[in-house]
Amino acid sequence: MKEVVVISGKGGTGKTSLVAAFAALAERKILVDCDVDAADLHLVLNPRIERREDFSGGKKAAILEDLCTRCGKCQEVCRFDAVSSVACSDGQTRFTVDPISCEGCGLCARLCPVEAIPFEPVVSGQWFVSTTIYGPMVHARLGIAQSNSGKLVSLLRREARSIAEKDGFNLLIADGSPGIGCPVIASITGADLVVAVTEPTCSGLHDVQRVVDLTSHFRIPLMLCINKWDINPEIADRIERETGQRGVRMAGRIRYDPAVTRAQIMKTTVVEYTGGAIAGDIRAVWRNVVYGLG
Amino acid sequence: MKIAIASGKGGTGKTTIAVNLALTIASFGQPVTLLDCDVEEPNCHLFLKPEITGSRPVTIPQPKVLGERCNGCGVCADVCEYHALTVMGDQVLVFRELCHGCGACFLLCPEKAIVEEGHPIGSVEEGVSQGIRFVQGRLNVAEVMSPAVIRQVRMQGETAGVCIIDSPPGTSCPVVESVRGTDFVLLVTEPTPFGLHDLTLAVEMARALARPFAVALNRCDSGDEGVRSYCERERVEILLSIPDDRRIAESYARGDIDLSKLPEYREVFDRCCRRIAALVNEGQERADREKRGRSV
Repeated sequence: MKEVVVISGKGGTGKTSLVAAFAALAERKILVDCDVDAADLHLVLNPRIERREDFSGGKKAAILEDLCTRCGKCQEVCRFDAVSSVACSDGQTRFTVDPISCEGCGLCARLCPVEAIPFEPVVSGQWFVSTTIYGPMVHARLGIAQSNSGKLVSLLRREARSIAEKDGFNLLIADGSPGIGCPVIASITGADLVVAVTEPTCSGLHDVQRVVDLTSHFRIPLMLCINKWDINPEIADRIERETGQRGVRMAGRIRYDPAVTRAQIMKTTVVEYTGGAIAGDIRAVWRNVVYGLG
Repeated sequence: MKIAIASGKGGTGKTTIAVNLALTIASFGQPVTLLDCDVEEPNCHLFLKPEITGSRPVTIPQPKVLGERCNGCGVCADVCEYHALTVMGDQVLVFRELCHGCGACFLLCPEKAIVEEGHPIGSVEEGVSQGIRFVQGRLNVAEVMSPAVIRQVRMQGETAGVCIIDSPPGTSCPVVESVRGTDFVLLVTEPTPFGLHDLTLAVEMARALARPFAVALNRCDSGDEGVRSYCERERVEILLSIPDDRRIAESYARGDIDLSKLPEYREVFDRCCRRIAALVNEGQERADREKRGRSV
């Protein structure tokens, strides 16, 4: 089975619209939305959820006030400033853990002299296995202000791979998240090919260079797609030249077309919405990606 | 006054708005700091082109095992919630990329066989441009602990004057690190189904962090009505609307987003700054009143 992951560095360059179009063009594939932080692929692919599971990203500390002797050890050892103390009217100091700041290291719970800090797993999101008219889809919703998105991304990919193997799918297409940090690294490690979608702007150029740094570091083959290339052909040429010098292959260029937004509003993929020139651009990109996958 | 510019969805115009708010405040003659907290892909510098006057590394403390003291008892691996240490025979292996720098292994090793070393994960740079003090973070490639870099940017950058914080996209830990404790959050979105969906997540985040917020609608004359009807339903103010203007897209592509060159936008940003200041003051007065009410 082959695994292709679409990322971008800079946000809003058209990853999800491109992945949705790939979903319509590819055969025998499973889809994964690895952008667990702000997942959007389901808005176009309209999945029917068949299986729903809780995700626990880790444990969190909480202080039992009745047992607490107010020694302050927890606050002293916490490196994430998650323990705060408030002076109360009775002259006592009350200690509390802010669940949003708590990184779940458990050090306070281990060092509390009176065992007043339970340290329990918390549910930090949900993940789903769904069916769509394009094939099965694995996706998730990370709770608001939750951490450990990388762990959830790894879980989604593992789950999708096992479904693909069981049901005989030979391709996995993943929609990644913006940036180059934790969830992106979790999306691309071990993939067969990364497709980076960029735009012909100076920030698009800057951000895609960081993506090239990242995929080179992990030695994952990278292909580049320049979306809305005709907004600024000079910068598009420059991106192609500068990444080409670093060994990045082109998957192709896609022209600007308001049909992309209209397709999104109609909850369908661009290639199904229009037979115009942009559909031809996307088909050519997909052919190159298939070729790149070998 | 600390104002965070955030959004669920990427590419909606956070940086354009953050830079223009900072330029507007500077044009009032007020001291202003722009903090680029999108440390995975920092972009403000491309438009502000500041002269960088200082740079310092951001490190997190990570364990180093002293072989001569270690007896392979495995306590360090047991206490590490991130599975960053494992014992192989009588040797401890450290998986650096999993370490959060919490210090549990260091503090709990019964043999005192672990010391901590600062490991560089990024940098914070400082500079000046067009009357704006500028501070940005940059996460090193292949590192994952972006919140630690963001924390450092805010610690170094925040002053008593006006601070504009350009946040990363999304709603998880790096965004929370950028938005927490601010006086106001401006949520930037665009009028599309993706823009609406990710705005609803961003609104939930702002509410979970109990921050006052409003919406900036970029490319407001494209797309559909979803975002506007949502804001009306949820009583969320849209305090800035920017049309889908090809001149903006073209100058953005070139690396120029100073919209005060287009007179109609100068007024739009002037108004936006004054409205944010008024909302922040209102909020503070309300909080003060509540505090007084409680103490009576």
